[in-house]
Amino acid sequence: MPAETVNPGVSDGNDLDLKRLESGLDALETPTQHKFSVKKYLFSLLSPLIAIGAVIAIWQVIIWLQWQPDYIIPSPSQVWAALGQQAENQILWQSTFNSIRRAAQGFLIALVIATPIGVALGLNKTLRSIFGPLLTGLQQLPSVAWVPAAIIWFGLSDATIYTVVLLGAVPSIAIGLMNGIDQIPSIILRAGQVLGAKGFTRVRAIVLPAAWPGYLAGLEQGWAFSWRSLMAAELIAVSPALGPGLGQMLDNGRSLGDMALVLGSIFMILFVGVLIERLIFAPLRRRTLMSRGLLR
Amino acid sequence: MTVASGAVELHHIVKQFSADGPIVLDDVSLSVTPGEFVSLVGASGCGKSTLLNILAGLESATSGTVELAGPPTLMFQEAALMPWLTAGKNIELALELRGIPRKERKDKAQELLDLVHLERSYDQRPHELSGGMRQRVAIARALAQGRSVLLMDEPFAALDAITRDFLHEELTRIWEETGITIIFVTHNVREAVRLSERVLLMSSRPGRFIKEWNIGSNEPWRTDSTYSSYVSELASEITDNLRKEIVRHAS
Repeated sequence: MPAETVNPGVSDGNDLDLKRLESGLDALETPTQHKFSVKKYLFSLLSPLIAIGAVIAIWQVIIWLQWQPDYIIPSPSQVWAALGQQAENQILWQSTFNSIRRAAQGFLIALVIATPIGVALGLNKTLRSIFGPLLTGLQQLPSVAWVPAAIIWFGLSDATIYTVVLLGAVPSIAIGLMNGIDQIPSIILRAGQVLGAKGFTRVRAIVLPAAWPGYLAGLEQGWAFSWRSLMAAELIAVSPALGPGLGQMLDNGRSLGDMALVLGSIFMILFVGVLIERLIFAPLRRRTLMSRGLLR
Repeated sequence: MTVASGAVELHHIVKQFSADGPIVLDDVSLSVTPGEFVSLVGASGCGKSTLLNILAGLESATSGTVELAGPPTLMFQEAALMPWLTAGKNIELALELRGIPRKERKDKAQELLDLVHLERSYDQRPHELSGGMRQRVAIARALAQGRSVLLMDEPFAALDAITRDFLHEELTRIWEETGITIIFVTHNVREAVRLSERVLLMSSRPGRFIKEWNIGSNEPWRTDSTYSSYVSELASEITDNLRKEIVRHAS
């Protein structure tokens, strides 16, 4: 700390005046705050229900028109009954829980693998020009293409499922983080340098928090890829050894020719995807933008 | 290091960004005593920001030596606060990177906010503060680093005139209270005369010191009624010299 010397030239009266003038100026210049509204939040949470309601209504109208037999287009109530039947013998809950658990585990492993890759490629231009195109290519490749290869390597096991999930999620998360790092204003990095942040401390205290908005977008996309890849893997790699899952439930419906179960399974997969987005990613995104003043 | 804490010695600094590029700084030497307030003024392209970057260690000189007792801190035209941290946490980050133990940080950060008259802004985020308030948080953050030399690169250029006026008073007060050495870069001649004890005028392409004015800092003299006319006269004298230097590039 610099020496704490009090200059006799500045009288307390002067200082007090300056302080009061300044606090007046601060009050005039401070932007007005926007309050968080519970009503708005609930609306944003529940508004997707309007679209769901509309879809079900149109569907019911089609059923009433008797345009197709019910083994092609079952009615909403038949789908509901099919799901109810699966719920009764616990398959529905076990499948949903199992699938969410697998996707979440795969996503967390992907997060741990992708973060150092994203940081390295975001900060080092040489590494990026070498590995960047490979990563983009992997992101473009539908990870379901890996299912046959994974089955040959690992058989019908959990390893097959996780391989496919990781190959789907890792590139998205790493690329999101890389983009987030690209978008850090250079002044923030220079300020970090002046503050003396180096090496790992620099990554933890400056780079990762500064890149967080892009990183979060990558995580969100990574989750979507995890979930999709998992469903593809579960649908193709069906084995009693793997236990139940929503993909298996869907495949089960197909082999039984049970259209109500097929549609019910699709809706469950959709529902879980929307639920995770609404409950985890949407609030995180909102908080991030609000805390940085990027949302009004 | 051979120099005293707070002192800055530059010997024959030359800067070229590439071997066949123009000479940005040409044989620049400067000696600043501990606790001094020195301003560097010059037109665009005189290399004043480059000189600060060399002093801050963000760039290296092509030749010449820099002597400092320790690394200085640097403030920019923008406050460059971390947008994900509150005002208080921004200061705590500087304390953390300096190695201050966790439990002491909050009190120290609050003390520094008190110093810049922002005692109630600890929990406010940068986007909730006005430009002048942000720049005061940046001053507090710079002081949190505990460095003896503060480099300022046109720190008030982006502020409106009223706010700039207050920040001049504020900076003078903080400089007096802390005894920190300040090297202040600006293209605003009046600002330089008003704040500093010594003003150096730089030429452009290549950057050199061409003239120097000593003002002194005796506080009673600064509140004297003749002081403001003195500032005006000196400012216009320096401005005349600056204009001559700019006209030299006209042909």
